[in-house]
Amino acid sequence: MKRFLLPLIIFLVMVGFLAVGLHLDPREVPSPLVGKPAPVFNLPLLDQPEKNFSPKEMLGQVWLLNVWASWCGACREEHPLLVALSKAKLVPLYGMDYKDTRAEAQQWLKEGGNPYIANAMDVDGRVGIDYGVYGVPETYVIDKFGVIAYKQIGPITGQVLSSKIMPLVERLQAQ
Amino acid sequence: MKLNLLVRFMVGFFLLQSVISSAEEARPLQADVVVEAQVQRLSEELRCLVCQNQTIADSHAELAQDLKQEIREMAAKGMSDKAIIDYLVARYGDFVRYRPPLKASTLLLWLGPFALMLAGAIGLVVMLRRREKMVADKPLTAVEARKVRELLDKDS
Repeated sequence: MKRFLLPLIIFLVMVGFLAVGLHLDPREVPSPLVGKPAPVFNLPLLDQPEKNFSPKEMLGQVWLLNVWASWCGACREEHPLLVALSKAKLVPLYGMDYKDTRAEAQQWLKEGGNPYIANAMDVDGRVGIDYGVYGVPETYVIDKFGVIAYKQIGPITGQVLSSKIMPLVERLQAQ
Repeated sequence: MKLNLLVRFMVGFFLLQSVISSAEEARPLQADVVVEAQVQRLSEELRCLVCQNQTIADSHAELAQDLKQEIREMAAKGMSDKAIIDYLVARYGDFVRYRPPLKASTLLLWLGPFALMLAGAIGLVVMLRRREKMVADKPLTAVEARKVRELLDKDS
């Protein structure tokens, strides 16, 4: 009996490791930007190219920055949720149109509805690199002091919104 | 003899042609060579976050191309390898590095294989010792010796 004990323990430990591994998403890379000031940028707006948007304008407010593109399939998944969120008017939602063309982006917003207060155009993806964007869509929760409080990689789901993003937004708004 | 000369001439002509055409391809300046070497060296050290198991050098993902361009510009500005890697780590985290730094959270990753090897070696030594004890030399009794001889004789 005793000689089986050691292999059994090793087996159980391995099962434990593998079970945890099954539930890890390798695409979720912890962002070093959480807890740091949102990188500065000044980009032309999608609808008014002569005007610019900069995160500085949002100081004093908790807001969401959603990185999207008309060519991005997963963005379509989360889009209805964003539209619903913007209708609820709980938190200002801004978009960053990542490596996209103006015509296609505008067409896509016409079709799916426009949940954004404004969209900044990051045509060459430079600002995206500053934000550590590697898989669109990505969503940042930015607090009143301009610090990134949370980063969602991949589409927002109803579960993420209700269990993580909204409670965080409420907490930050109360600050 | 004449044909031979013609063949030689043609071979020489084609060789020359290939030399000329290869010389026409991008002929980088000395400064560019240094920058390109740095870009190449760094992009082999950095992970493409879209494909994850490829380096930026290997990847054809758009982000990898963008990052390579970014690295090229930083290299052209004369930034050191370390400064460029730090720049990317600040944005994408340690995961962007193919060789993770040695720190508390990566200790298991770095030392795990050696710990496993040590455990294996200890296990082996323990097992061998135990086996040695089991087959310790003990002189055969007369009956056993006769049995052995019988068995051996039967075989041959």
